[in-house]
Amino acid sequence: MDLNFTPEEEAFRSEVRQFLQEKLPTRMSEKVKSGLRLTREDMAEWHAILNERGWLANHWPQQYGGPGWGAVQKFIFEHECALAGAPRIVPFGVNMLGPVLIKYGSEEQKQYWLPRILNGDDWWCQGYSEPGAGSDLAAVKTTAVRDGDHYVVNGQKTWTTLGHYANMIFCLVRTDREARKQAGISFLLVDMNTPGVEVKPIITLDGEHEVNEVFFTDVRVPVQNLVGEENKGWTYAKYLLTYERTNIAGVGFSVAGLERLKRIARKVQRNGRPLSEDPSFAARMARVEIDLENMKTTNLRVIAAVAGGGVPGAESSMLKIRGTEIRQEIFSLTRRAMGPYAQPFIEEALYEGYEQEPVGPEEAASAASMYFNNRKLSIFGGSNEIQKNIISKMILGL
Amino acid sequence: MNFEHTEDRRMLADTLDRFISEQYDFVQRDRIATSDTGFSREIWEQFAELGAIGALFAEDDGGFGGAGFDISVVFQSLGRGLVVEPFLGALIVGRALAAAGSDEQKELLAGIMDGSTIAALAHDEPAGHHELTRVATRAERRGDGWVIQGAKAVVPHGEQAGVFLVSARTSGEVDAAEGISLFLVRRDAPGVSLRGYRNIDGGRAAELTLDGVSVAADALLGGEGAGHAVLERAVGYGLLALCAEAIGAMDVAKDQTLEYLRTRKQFGVPIGSFQALQHRMADLLLEIEQARSAVINAAAAIDDEDRVAREKVLSAAKYTIGRIGTRVAEECIQLHGGIGMTWELPLAHFAKRLVMIDHQLGDEDHHLARYIALGQGAGG
Repeated sequence: MDLNFTPEEEAFRSEVRQFLQEKLPTRMSEKVKSGLRLTREDMAEWHAILNERGWLANHWPQQYGGPGWGAVQKFIFEHECALAGAPRIVPFGVNMLGPVLIKYGSEEQKQYWLPRILNGDDWWCQGYSEPGAGSDLAAVKTTAVRDGDHYVVNGQKTWTTLGHYANMIFCLVRTDREARKQAGISFLLVDMNTPGVEVKPIITLDGEHEVNEVFFTDVRVPVQNLVGEENKGWTYAKYLLTYERTNIAGVGFSVAGLERLKRIARKVQRNGRPLSEDPSFAARMARVEIDLENMKTTNLRVIAAVAGGGVPGAESSMLKIRGTEIRQEIFSLTRRAMGPYAQPFIEEALYEGYEQEPVGPEEAASAASMYFNNRKLSIFGGSNEIQKNIISKMILGL
Repeated sequence: MNFEHTEDRRMLADTLDRFISEQYDFVQRDRIATSDTGFSREIWEQFAELGAIGALFAEDDGGFGGAGFDISVVFQSLGRGLVVEPFLGALIVGRALAAAGSDEQKELLAGIMDGSTIAALAHDEPAGHHELTRVATRAERRGDGWVIQGAKAVVPHGEQAGVFLVSARTSGEVDAAEGISLFLVRRDAPGVSLRGYRNIDGGRAAELTLDGVSVAADALLGGEGAGHAVLERAVGYGLLALCAEAIGAMDVAKDQTLEYLRTRKQFGVPIGSFQALQHRMADLLLEIEQARSAVINAAAAIDDEDRVAREKVLSAAKYTIGRIGTRVAEECIQLHGGIGMTWELPLAHFAKRLVMIDHQLGDEDHHLARYIALGQGAGG
């Protein structure tokens, strides 16, 4: 039993830290740390910086341009990036489609699409959820009907994150309406510039445009854009959903968020003394801090099991549930810390370049909107209730 | 990074688990736990022969372990068997002796490790409620020795103990860390009286009254007035032990509840097929794994020389165990329904033990407050 990283792993951590110190633009990390909204250019810039170092597609094997890291290295990298305030890697091309193509794609598809993901030539988004297929993902109704060398796609996708930035979408489509639910689904790559594709914004409760609806009307997709075999898409979809979840707990984000919360609580006054000395608030902070310390070790236990040759199975469902609960609690406490100043909604202040005097504490502008925005954490990626179903079936055997 | 136990520790755990399953089944345990003595001397000596007590101490002190993970491995096995024998007193008093004892005082260690001497910590007081710095019992110099006056609350196995480690104030205010001294008091010293009783989770404890108890100069353990630091370290081992014991008990409670969910039928189907119950069970699993991580953190930190860092991790663990242990107990009873309310069901006894662990050496609230105080630069 040894909770320490090996000297090699510590050396790797130093290497990552040095890289972040040198290459992560301060402008960008300041935005992330203050909860300002990132632009498409910010995200693309960070991808390019990582790609230059060969660290963008850190889940890919070396032969396709990945760094060939093990589970521990990936964890350290993601953790350090979060602590440094690096923007999140936009996962759809790099972390989701990439591994699916590597495992199930044709040689031509790999040769063509993978370098384009690395170079940022394509911005991918995910066409999974539909109005009638949320937790019950296999209920997708969007159809793809073969017509010569094309599929003709009709239907609607929703909750498409950053779909308004994307030029490509990977979709789950129904290719066999007679078959059992999961059996008639195929995995199709669609160029969003094709006639018949329409993207409409969904404005979330915090006023942000992050997600979209995508409509397909007689969209013609070349058959070479089918991944793997027709009607086998569910297998690939599941592989994508379970692929690489060692960082699903988001411990690094929570550590960074908690440090920020503690700084705020020392600064903000309540009844003439720092909020951090208010017994009720101090207790709330201590509870989440202890839960997070436990979570760190739980996460490392799962990673150690993976590094030892295991695969993170349903354990990642445990990490997802508790990890998102902790993150949400930290957002909640940050909102509470603002007291009445959580109320003003000055949207301009959430963008870079706002120069007016802040209303209330400077952190107040983003506190409530970040809290509301991150209610999504326990809903997306398989809601926490779906994760409990998975635990119940896969671990508890009920 | 490695979360596997060493070969030696795995063997120790296997040996203990086998002994407990063969010699300490539920019927036997119930008989021992409700007996007049509150534990079995015979079993206690067998535990000693197996090395379960020696594993709690370093080689320099005559043991063959003593690291945090030795302690957690032993107590996790004890928790699986709901063992009532006086391990906790042996650990706390023994570690205090090892840390602060004179060569002569350390001779007691051999008796503790071979099972012949039963030792008990007598610190908590009727009005104390877990606070390590709160000591109203007083000791005053008389001649070469000391006279001790006071009362100690819920001393585990008090009636059977041969020696008590008693905290008494030799100077200072009632809640000051300075001025606390530790004394080794023999059961047969004049002025020692005990009122024994059963505990709700098995075993026995006693109210200890010290009415003008005279002890010689060599009863003082460590420096005069400097007992708090020794007490804190020794109790720290006790905290780790209780937390590890709780993990063992939680694992069994979870397994027994899962088995019940799979076999108990209502409305024509196993009740484990109901989503309401599945989600509660998934929550418990998650909580137990978090608790296990807390104990790993505590075992890794127990010998950290940085006091604040070490004590924060220990309080974090005891807080976590208090919260989660109680939740596991309550949920497991609820998921069993009516049968969970019965004495004849082993699960009920695991539940009682888990709740009572929160009443030993400081509960969830106490350790959360202590964790916060330590972080703010205070905290005793």
